[in-house]
Amino acid sequence: MAILSEQEAKKILKKVISYSKADSCECNLSGVVSGNIRYARNTVTTSGSVSDLTLSVQSAYGKKVGTATINEFDDASLEKVVRRSEELAKLAPENPEYMPPLKSAKFKKANTHFNSTASVTPEYRAKAAENSIVPSKKNKLIAAGFLNDSENMLALMNSNGLFAYNTSTSVDFSATIRTEDGKGSGWVTRDYSDVKKLNTAEASKIAIQKALDSSDAKELEPGRYTVILEPAASIQLLQNMAGSMDQRSAEEGRSFLSYKPKDDEKNPPKTKLGMKLFDERVNIYTDPNHPEVPTPHFSSDGAPVERIQWVKNGKVVTMPNSRYWAEKTKTDYVPTPAGGLQFIMEGGDESIEEMIKNTRRGILVTRLWYIRQLDPQSLLYTGLTRDGTFFIENGKIKYPIKNFRFNESPIVMLNNIEALGKPFRINGCMVPPMKIRDFTFSSLSDAV
Amino acid sequence: MDRREFIKLTGIGVGGIALPIMGNVVSAEQLLDPGMDVAIKKKLADVALNAAKEAGATYADVRIGRYLNQFITTREKVVNNIVNTESAGIGIRVIANGTWGFASTSLMTVESIAKAARQAVAIAKANAKFQTEPVKLAPVKGYGEVSWKTPIEKNAFEIPIKDKVDRLLEVNNAALTSGASYITSIFFLVNEQKYFASTEGSYIDQDVHRLWAPFFASAVGKAGFKQRNGLGNPVGMGFEYLDGKKKDKIMVDGATIGYGNSYDMVEDAKLAGEQLQKKLAAKSVKPGKYDLVLDPAHLMLTIHESVGHPLELDRVLGYEANYAGTSFATLDKWRTKKFEYGSDIVNLFADKNQPYSLGNVGYDDEGVKTKEWDLIKGGILVNYQATRDQVHMIDQNESHGCCYAQSWRDVQFQRMPNVSLRPNAKQDLSANDIIKDVKDGIYIVGRGSYSIDQQRYNFQFGGQLFYEIKDGKITDQIEDVAYQSNTQEFWNSCAQLAGKSDYRLGGSFFDGKGQPSQVSAVSHGCPTTRFNNINVLNTKRNV
Repeated sequence: MAILSEQEAKKILKKVISYSKADSCECNLSGVVSGNIRYARNTVTTSGSVSDLTLSVQSAYGKKVGTATINEFDDASLEKVVRRSEELAKLAPENPEYMPPLKSAKFKKANTHFNSTASVTPEYRAKAAENSIVPSKKNKLIAAGFLNDSENMLALMNSNGLFAYNTSTSVDFSATIRTEDGKGSGWVTRDYSDVKKLNTAEASKIAIQKALDSSDAKELEPGRYTVILEPAASIQLLQNMAGSMDQRSAEEGRSFLSYKPKDDEKNPPKTKLGMKLFDERVNIYTDPNHPEVPTPHFSSDGAPVERIQWVKNGKVVTMPNSRYWAEKTKTDYVPTPAGGLQFIMEGGDESIEEMIKNTRRGILVTRLWYIRQLDPQSLLYTGLTRDGTFFIENGKIKYPIKNFRFNESPIVMLNNIEALGKPFRINGCMVPPMKIRDFTFSSLSDAV
Repeated sequence: MDRREFIKLTGIGVGGIALPIMGNVVSAEQLLDPGMDVAIKKKLADVALNAAKEAGATYADVRIGRYLNQFITTREKVVNNIVNTESAGIGIRVIANGTWGFASTSLMTVESIAKAARQAVAIAKANAKFQTEPVKLAPVKGYGEVSWKTPIEKNAFEIPIKDKVDRLLEVNNAALTSGASYITSIFFLVNEQKYFASTEGSYIDQDVHRLWAPFFASAVGKAGFKQRNGLGNPVGMGFEYLDGKKKDKIMVDGATIGYGNSYDMVEDAKLAGEQLQKKLAAKSVKPGKYDLVLDPAHLMLTIHESVGHPLELDRVLGYEANYAGTSFATLDKWRTKKFEYGSDIVNLFADKNQPYSLGNVGYDDEGVKTKEWDLIKGGILVNYQATRDQVHMIDQNESHGCCYAQSWRDVQFQRMPNVSLRPNAKQDLSANDIIKDVKDGIYIVGRGSYSIDQQRYNFQFGGQLFYEIKDGKITDQIEDVAYQSNTQEFWNSCAQLAGKSDYRLGGSFFDGKGQPSQVSAVSHGCPTTRFNNINVLNTKRNV
């Protein structure tokens, strides 16, 4: 079994710590059980499953650190992995940035695990494929898609007595449905912690409709347009920005949050912390208790994690800060939940339909694709629209348009907000649909 | 790909990079263990093949793999990370009821292997109810018991860790003393020990080595910061790649040094520091149409994105529609035998056996002997990249030998072979010869930002270094350059190629494809090449 109970995990980790002879020892036990199905050309192409449990042990002598991993759990193997990590630590060069294990703490229980998702069967996965393939065939369309469900377990323990344990589940579904002549393409994606919220038939309907509606797209001149970005269209830009907020990089002068002093400015700040960077409606936070995007109440090194406000009323108010950098600069350590920055961007109540109705001239974007950074200082990115791009005039979708390449920065995007809709879960985050003015499209693409 | 398969390396840029590498962390010494004896591998492979046949498979293949990695990461004067990993197991692929099935196990006992083989057959039978196109395999002969090994001179795993760490710290010091403010440098070392057997009668033992030594330097100035990455290439070589032999250095007047089949990393880091200071002071490009001269360390990625990917037959047919996308290079265009992909001097070929290349193996992961074939000949689209179960769809009966799986645990599928641009066969021109004919142009070196649409029409590429060319001479280093074009227009604007003395291999060490995603490594050879009248953008934006 790859998913251990809290007591089973604690028993193994206690035994591991008891074998340790190093100055300090940290161990991490992680388990996964997952299954997937993939289909294309209206037929199932591959399916698979994975079950694995891995123990990782890190031993330290002073600032000399060694790590070893094993996936066998008898007593002899547990002792062997501890000894191996100690041998590696003795051989390793000193790492001046190494931080000793954290002290013991109490962690709240997170609502990250759903039995429904942990019980997904091969039949459920096959049905998901069928829910795309059968209606696609009926509409003379071609379906391709992927469903992956997983159950994960993470347990941490260190020689200071710290113990943290969490189980979680997730399911990811996506489908691309295209017309037989290749002139139309629609797409949908859904991800949840609880599979009961996933309706693959309803989701597939969206991709089918977009495929039918996007056929025979017309050309529009590249330029600056008002856009309505569905959550799937803005998520990657937002995630890239969130991943660039590290305090150390900002203070070293290597991030969009580094402050560029004016000539002769006395005692300039190192970073843009607290300065207004975005529209004041921009509020971004993480919260382990959020019902739609729950996360563990601890970081990967075992620090307690609570709700953190990152952006408040358009100002960056907190930056992720490592323990090493916090100690060196005498600032606060700002941990993020184990598993990544699953943020929530606040929005409003407007639906995408209402946003379209309130738009005189604009473009509805389903998703952006192949996004790459052009300038880390301005966070300028390039990429393309894909799988459903539509021209809006006088409150109505008029016709599908050819895909565009964009060259734009999320900083500009978050300054040019016209309206925010109701947040929707996407890639483990909550993001509202956004109506943005002056979004820059630089050229046309013939891709469908 | 799930999270446990990533090894997080910190210190690169702000977010770090996550590498999709699976395996258990082991000591450096364990990486030198010889591994399982070939005779035992053959016995275990036969267990799997027999169990699959008994369960009803009409075809089966087995891959017993031992995958070793060593990654060393340094930042400025600090060693961030030394990671050694080992992963071993067996993957069994079968055809039953005309459908593929696959299962794998890390437990290499007779019972476990037989069980996995039966599971693969059961999966094939279960999926057969959705099957509308029964699998049809191109014939391949059984090769019996054969072996192949990457021709390395120095096994990188045998070089003491201390020597490797010292080399990286020397690289960092060279950059920091010549103008860089920060630098991260890394050694990625890979050894794939693969044993393949199939019901066709092949037992193939292969020992594959790859190496990549990148660095990422940056400098902070008053007006902001600039970045410059190393110009070395990932290669299918041993540690001898880092010998930096004089014969492998290509000097371009007024610009930088390019590297062929060996790399002087310390020298490149020193140049990076100097060039970073010039970048901070460089003028911003004036947007417009320019003649571009593209250095091989840059053009390799343009080839990868605009030729390599669109000519993958699984993309063309729609198997990758939900992830990587499809292709503009459709079968109807190919069938005309007249589709002008590029100008008549454009000849692009595929292969899996170029020496020093990342794709170089004796046999692919479904037991097909590797070879070379043309993709674009005289500018015309003539072929694709296909595996045994695909070639019949393009009216051919011999696999191209480009099937690959990233590990024993993943199912093999069509992956890009090396795709390369043939040099000028008439004249052995140098990069300097190409530049001297350009009146108003830009010379671009190294890979930068890259983005292309899901059918591979519209693309935009940046670089590491940009030089203004005026009246046949490089004048200034410039900044903020990206060019935007359409694949067919771009390759039809190809105006001049350097010769075989300038031909160099570049490559991609972690090319992603498939769901769940798998990585593969692939090289692209090319000479310095000129493209006329290309649209150049200025990427500077004030926010």
